Amino acid sequence: MARYIVSRIGQMAITMFIVSLLVFFMIRLKGDPITIMAPPHFNADQVEALRRAWGFDKPLPEQYWVFITKAVTGDFGKSMSHSQPAMDLVIGRMKLTYLLAGVSAVIGILIAVPLGVLSALYRNSPLDVTVSLLASLGTAMPNFWLGLMLIIVFSVQLRWFPVFGAEGIRSIVLPAMCLGTGMAARLSRLTRSAMLDALRQDYMRTARSKGLNQTRVNVVHALRNALIPVITALGLQLGWLLGGSVIVESVFAWPGLGRLVIESIHVRDITVVQAAVFWYSLSFIMINLLVDLLYSVVDPRVKIE
Amino acid sequence: MTTVFERLRGRRLTGVGTIGLIIVSIVIILAIVGPYISPHDPIQHHLKARYKPLGYTDENGIFLLGTDQLGRDILSRIIAGCRVSVIVSIFAVVIAGSIGVSYGLIAGFVGGWVDQIMMRIADALLSIPFIVLVVAISGVVGAGVFTLVLILGFTGWVTYARVTRGEVLVAKELDYVIAATVVGQSKIRIMFQHILPNVMSSAVVLAALQVGVTIIAESSLSFLGLGVQSPSVTWGLMLADGRASIGSAWWMTTFPGVAITIVVLGVVFLGDWMRDVLDPRLRGE
Repeated sequence: MARYIVSRIGQMAITMFIVSLLVFFMIRLKGDPITIMAPPHFNADQVEALRRAWGFDKPLPEQYWVFITKAVTGDFGKSMSHSQPAMDLVIGRMKLTYLLAGVSAVIGILIAVPLGVLSALYRNSPLDVTVSLLASLGTAMPNFWLGLMLIIVFSVQLRWFPVFGAEGIRSIVLPAMCLGTGMAARLSRLTRSAMLDALRQDYMRTARSKGLNQTRVNVVHALRNALIPVITALGLQLGWLLGGSVIVESVFAWPGLGRLVIESIHVRDITVVQAAVFWYSLSFIMINLLVDLLYSVVDPRVKIE
Repeated sequence: MTTVFERLRGRRLTGVGTIGLIIVSIVIILAIVGPYISPHDPIQHHLKARYKPLGYTDENGIFLLGTDQLGRDILSRIIAGCRVSVIVSIFAVVIAGSIGVSYGLIAGFVGGWVDQIMMRIADALLSIPFIVLVVAISGVVGAGVFTLVLILGFTGWVTYARVTRGEVLVAKELDYVIAATVVGQSKIRIMFQHILPNVMSSAVVLAALQVGVTIIAESSLSFLGLGVQSPSVTWGLMLADGRASIGSAWWMTTFPGVAITIVVLGVVFLGDWMRDVLDPRLRGE
């Protein structure tokens, strides 16, 4: 187990190295980052001075070396609009994003798994058809539009929840419902097919022929096995949540990392954008590692090499 | 590609597939003839008729779905939005598909450490949530339809690469491929003549489904102000406009979103049907 973790961390390092290259070149896509960073009223001399101050006049390999050696220590430079180190800002906001993602994930799982299981058990029933239709609808709907509609109904008309911000428990409800139902739409399909697969297996027939109580059989045998592919997919689902939170945070003015990224892009705060992209990538990889470890715990047939 | 169309032709359409086909056809038709059948000019301001609700009529005619903050007809703008959505998504999918399928073809066929490195790069790209990646690049490169298509194309290729590579690994083991190698056919010829046709059907199905993803991505970016810009009309932009008056002019927010949902739904239905027809193995049942 320990060896597996170490090897995975090694792989992570390689992936993060590639990500660092991507991030490095991403901000140089339009040539010099200074062209993006410099305020429009600067004249040529000022731009040149700024370029030298930031070290963008040095040769590319040297620039990358400086970038990566600093990045490894967590130094992504200072944010230009807030006067803080970029990474500190990112980590500060990240907590709120994780909170939103976490609550949304819980909501998503609580909705999707029971519905998926029931759809599979009562296949082709009106319940199954309705759930499938709702799931299709949920995947087709842009999540930010769902957010806006939720605001219209629940904040403006009914006045149950605040429109934006992060004050108190009530403000997380709408954004979390928005993300959670989106995730549920995707997850319920997965759960349904995983459950259908499990129900088809030979061990189900064996359990039935042994005369075991049907409900118990369904839960203990089928569900537990069905959950395995669901957990494997969870990593990707959580990744989807991270991405979805970027827009939802904008819609609900939720002061998390996604909102920070959008704001930083609009004011051209490149250091923060770099740090944020890095952090999203790292989060995604860590989540997948944890999910894989969880997967090996849940399925005893999987041996960690 | 001929094999794909041959297999699709003459196959019975399911109920869901029919709905998908109808929706997609309507969207494509609207994209082409939109400007001619539009009740009003979509970018024409009617400053005396701002924020008017459904069915408002004045000397300019009837505004079936209301007007926005500059008095522009919502219905006409929705029709006009079809064009941008169709153009952006088709081009982006073609670009992403070409890059991704080639990438996956090479990685899968060559194998070995080349494959390892290529897939590592793909994984690294995949570890950044798509929206974050696209938003960041838009921020750097600037907005606009052309850059948007390029960005969506150059970031969305990874799934195609993965799927294609998987199919290539399977196709490599097929008897006639092995036979071709033994006989001495050049590797390039084998790749294009034998392997590519096998993997095309998965790629086409994926492309169909990705059109939906691309439409949502484009509307998200435009909503954030990082995608298509005024005065071009796109549903995402309309939603951004509607946001400010969300409490009062609810029709500005509702209808563009309904349009997006219906179109994506249609695309997904059609894609699902194509998948069921082309490869029964992939069916979720």
